[in-house]
Amino acid sequence: MVVLNPSGDVAAQQGRLVVISTLLMLLIIVPVIALTFLFAWRYRQSNTEATYKPDWDHSTQLELVIWAAPLLIIIALGALTWISTHTLDPYRPLNRIGESRPVPEGTQPLVVEVVALDWKWLFFYPEQGIATVNELAAPVDRPIQFKITASSVMNSFYVPALAGQIYAMPGMETKLHAVINQAGEYEGFSANYSGAGFSGMRFKFHGLQGADFDKWVQKAKAEGKALGRNDYLQLERPSEREPVRRYASVAPGLYDAILNRCVEPGKMCMRQMMAVDATGGAGKAGLSPLALTEVPRGEQGQPMRTVAAEICTADNPTGAPLPARTTIQ
Amino acid sequence: MPDHPNLTQLIFGRLTWEAFPYHEPILVATFAAVVLGGLAMMGAMTYYRVWGTLWRDWITSIDHKKIGVMYIVLGLVMLLRGFADAIMMRLQQAIAFGDNAGYLPPHHYDQVFTAHGVIMIFFVAMPLITGLMNYVVPLQIGARDVAFPFLNNFSFWMTTMGAMLVMASLFIGEFAKTGWLAYPPLSGILYSPDVGVDYYIWSLQIAGVGTLLSGVNLIATIVKMRAPGMTLMKMPVFTWTSLCTNVLIVAAFPVLTAVLALLSMDRYVGTNFFTNELGGNPMMYVNLIWIWGHPEVYILILPVFGAFSEIVSTFSRKRLFGYASMVYATVVITILSYLVWLHHFFTMGSGASVNSFFGITTMIISIPTGAKIFNWLFTMYHGRIKFDVPMLWTVGFMVTFVIGGMTGVLLAVPPADFVLHNSLFLIAHFHNVIIGGVVFGVFAAITYWFPKAFGYQLDPFWGKCSFWFWLTGFYFAFMPLYVLGLMGVTRRLNHFEDPSLQIWFQVAAFGAVLIALGILSFLIQLVVSFMRRDSLRDTTGDPWHGRTLEWSTSSPPPAYNFAFTPRIHDNDAWWDMKQRGYERPLEGFAAIHMPKNTAAGFVLAAISAVMGFALIWHMWLIAGVSFAVLILATIIHTFNYKRDYHIPADEVVRTEAARTRLMAGHV
Amino acid sequence: MSEITAPTSRAAEVAAAHAHFHSFDEHHPENGTLLGFWLYLMSDCLVFACLFAMYGVLGRSYAAGPSGADLFELPLVALNTSLLLLSSITYGFAMLEMLKKRIGGTLVWLAVTGLLGAGFIGIELYEFAHMIHEGAGPQRSAFLSSFFTLVGTHGLHVTFGIIWLVTLMIQVSKHGLIPENRRRLLCLSMFWHFLDVVWIGVFTFVYLMGTLK
Repeated sequence: MVVLNPSGDVAAQQGRLVVISTLLMLLIIVPVIALTFLFAWRYRQSNTEATYKPDWDHSTQLELVIWAAPLLIIIALGALTWISTHTLDPYRPLNRIGESRPVPEGTQPLVVEVVALDWKWLFFYPEQGIATVNELAAPVDRPIQFKITASSVMNSFYVPALAGQIYAMPGMETKLHAVINQAGEYEGFSANYSGAGFSGMRFKFHGLQGADFDKWVQKAKAEGKALGRNDYLQLERPSEREPVRRYASVAPGLYDAILNRCVEPGKMCMRQMMAVDATGGAGKAGLSPLALTEVPRGEQGQPMRTVAAEICTADNPTGAPLPARTTIQ
Repeated sequence: MPDHPNLTQLIFGRLTWEAFPYHEPILVATFAAVVLGGLAMMGAMTYYRVWGTLWRDWITSIDHKKIGVMYIVLGLVMLLRGFADAIMMRLQQAIAFGDNAGYLPPHHYDQVFTAHGVIMIFFVAMPLITGLMNYVVPLQIGARDVAFPFLNNFSFWMTTMGAMLVMASLFIGEFAKTGWLAYPPLSGILYSPDVGVDYYIWSLQIAGVGTLLSGVNLIATIVKMRAPGMTLMKMPVFTWTSLCTNVLIVAAFPVLTAVLALLSMDRYVGTNFFTNELGGNPMMYVNLIWIWGHPEVYILILPVFGAFSEIVSTFSRKRLFGYASMVYATVVITILSYLVWLHHFFTMGSGASVNSFFGITTMIISIPTGAKIFNWLFTMYHGRIKFDVPMLWTVGFMVTFVIGGMTGVLLAVPPADFVLHNSLFLIAHFHNVIIGGVVFGVFAAITYWFPKAFGYQLDPFWGKCSFWFWLTGFYFAFMPLYVLGLMGVTRRLNHFEDPSLQIWFQVAAFGAVLIALGILSFLIQLVVSFMRRDSLRDTTGDPWHGRTLEWSTSSPPPAYNFAFTPRIHDNDAWWDMKQRGYERPLEGFAAIHMPKNTAAGFVLAAISAVMGFALIWHMWLIAGVSFAVLILATIIHTFNYKRDYHIPADEVVRTEAARTRLMAGHV
Repeated sequence: MSEITAPTSRAAEVAAAHAHFHSFDEHHPENGTLLGFWLYLMSDCLVFACLFAMYGVLGRSYAAGPSGADLFELPLVALNTSLLLLSSITYGFAMLEMLKKRIGGTLVWLAVTGLLGAGFIGIELYEFAHMIHEGAGPQRSAFLSSFFTLVGTHGLHVTFGIIWLVTLMIQVSKHGLIPENRRRLLCLSMFWHFLDVVWIGVFTFVYLMGTLK
């Protein structure tokens, strides 16, 4: 049972929690079930030897025990919850790669950007400059930082052997920190139903020793395909049970564009939209059909956010953007 | 001609011949069976001339007892549909491995699991507990009916019409393929453009109105119509749990109404509440739907807790242990159930402090729940327990429910939830508490109160068969799912690659077969009991030596329930009356003021259903017209001021005299 | 002597027991309808709470479009608000007339209330039409979706209130101020004032705070 016996440290801690919590609760549950059978048997009608007290309906002592015993268990469990929820927060970078094994000094996490598509998984490796479909790999004992989004509907990124799951949502980025401690091939899939192709939305996660991981990266580079924006738009179309694909190069800023829902040319990125909204919107000029098109790019190739023009007024006869509302990158 | 297509579109919207699934053999066969069965039933009804009785005494009845029975009938009928969905899923999951794609393509499988959840929660569990509360509460508090009898009838028909819409989706169009809570963006117009989600929305909105009004009704009843002397702390526990349940209903269902309305605005008007673009936020849907969803599961379980309290006390021949404690526990559960909703989506990334808070509040709820279990245990302690069928279900519940409760508290630990969320472990957990709790409780309660409603007991042999099949069936069907969850298997899959999982699914399918036998036994029990009703007759009105007021009436009670409103002096009012040497009055009966039956509830609900259907299929003309007719019909109904009548005194005399003779003849 | 008194004391026993176990007044719930309506109204309040919550979350998501400050015409809203608040006062007058059992007076003030309500709806419809005509309809952004839905739901409630009010006026003129009609007027009173309170929330959180930059 992979949940109780996983190969990644985060999942291992979580699995241990499952066991400990269960044992804590069995302290109450086992006596309750035992008492149920005991009382049902002992006080059955045909057992006339058992004491019969038809009006005995109250005992302050017993009530205190009845409320206190579960309360004590819950206090213990509550403390455990508070602590473990914070230490195992998916957003929290790892400070250990195993029991009594802190993260070595100067270790940079492997960054993987994940996009849940209909109905396959796209993985970007910004450090290595490659991308893959339906295949994930990571070196053993190196912390991994996942940044996760989706293209259309809610999914959930889950590799049981590695760590707990976290939702993948369009226009939003969730994070997961994990580490794989043993080399091997593990199952990965979506844990949130997302439509017709959901059952086929599986991928293999390869835990690889350092050298093997480099070989895997080279394999992707060797296979040579490029993942440009148009390739992505093709990939984004609904399809099921996609075979593994590897890309040797990725268009710059593609993951960011996917996250901000502006891969299509001429579409305003969400980051820009939110920046405009933060200053109070674009005014009535925002009602024009051109208002949501892509804004011009500035010097560093980054989109330059200018608000659609102001309404012409006597003080602003050309409708030029007011100084306070321009050039936020 | 240019006009024709427009007219067809105007009247039929997007409903075309393609909506009828004549290429789906399973559906065609089901439809044929339904038509044949329906015709046979209608033929029998015509032959036995029961149409008039059906209309006069049932469909237009505002009597809470009749309405209660109809709710339970609705729930049991829909149980067959919901269970059929379950069997289909178990079969698919038991065979769909590797190259075998199973027999249910995703298009259907996804509708089946959605319909299974929607039907079981909204059209099985809700009607069953509503029916129980409707039937029992007025009798337990010494009242003649609920506070708003017409509204009660209307609520029932609205629930039924919601169920009818879901059933219609089987044969006209299709149902949602989103899961029972229909999260956007998947349920939005972009990713679910077909009618399925619209069937979902309108059937739930219509049924939801019925449930909300029912909630208002029962709160007003319990608050205002208790017999003199019955203070709150002298109410039966079932009435207490019903009060808290209905408070939950009134406080939770409006949220469902609002969030479904917002989803329908996104689908019909193109708003951006839950879209990915233009500022929408699907996470808001998740929050709102679960702010409703969590209280909903407490709505389902609390009445059943109340029923168990009555049953344990009655069959242990002992006062319920810790009455005050039970009341406080129920109230605490009611309040706390609003503070836990986020535990349904710990994995949505709320951050550790928020997750911990909700995890801890969820655990705190287990304390009053645990207190209740202990109180039942200590009611049995020093009791003299008679293991009639209701008590069997109760013991089965006590053991099974606590296991489910345990796994629930386990899931309340957020990091544990990260590895178990949406897995088959979760499915096992909630079926554990719903079957072990709600289903076992409903069967216990039905067996317990059946004699009161129909005048004869249910056949015990078939009751025991049903119990044992359900109990063993449950464990075979769901314990493997706990294992599968720990093996990392997620929910809602229609196909698997790993052959080592198959044996577990096969065991689970076997469990489903056992449960099917349990349901079959129950149906047989109903038939056999009817046929043997004379030998199972309840002549005294008090077959179990009960403790609460309903057992003071005849079985079945007369339309007016009580010839004289009782005066209450203690808890377990009927027990108290018996201890004080109560004798039924034999004279002095007066005329009794009662509400009249009416067709208005049925009519208004039917119009609502037509409007719902029209909205689903974009039949705008019919939708608009039916909306106008609905308003008009409502207004016309309010012009009817003559809604009551008096049962003449001599009819009361005759009814009570007949009871006297019945009781005397069987001393 | 004993033969004469024995039956009487037995009868007295029975009567005493009867009184101990039974109550004889026809037990009708006092103000059951008002409690029931109040409960419904609180559930309606929850619906509005959800809509306010949606507005709270989405109210600044302009999707690079116009904000409230760009669209709201506060003078019109002030007029709107005055009409509605005034209508609450006139409904109050109607209730005072009802308590004094004056059918004519009741009907007059109900009519004024209805007209003020209709004026409120008229202005609101104009506002909506104007915004939609400019392109700022509910589809443009999440902010506009939640604005139209919150304000529109309130307007729909007022509309139903007016229909109810007209119906009640007919019923009062037909049957007079019988207890049934008085109960109905009390329920409508609760409804009308409730909508007024909701509007104060709308006016404050949506219009006033939306206009602040």
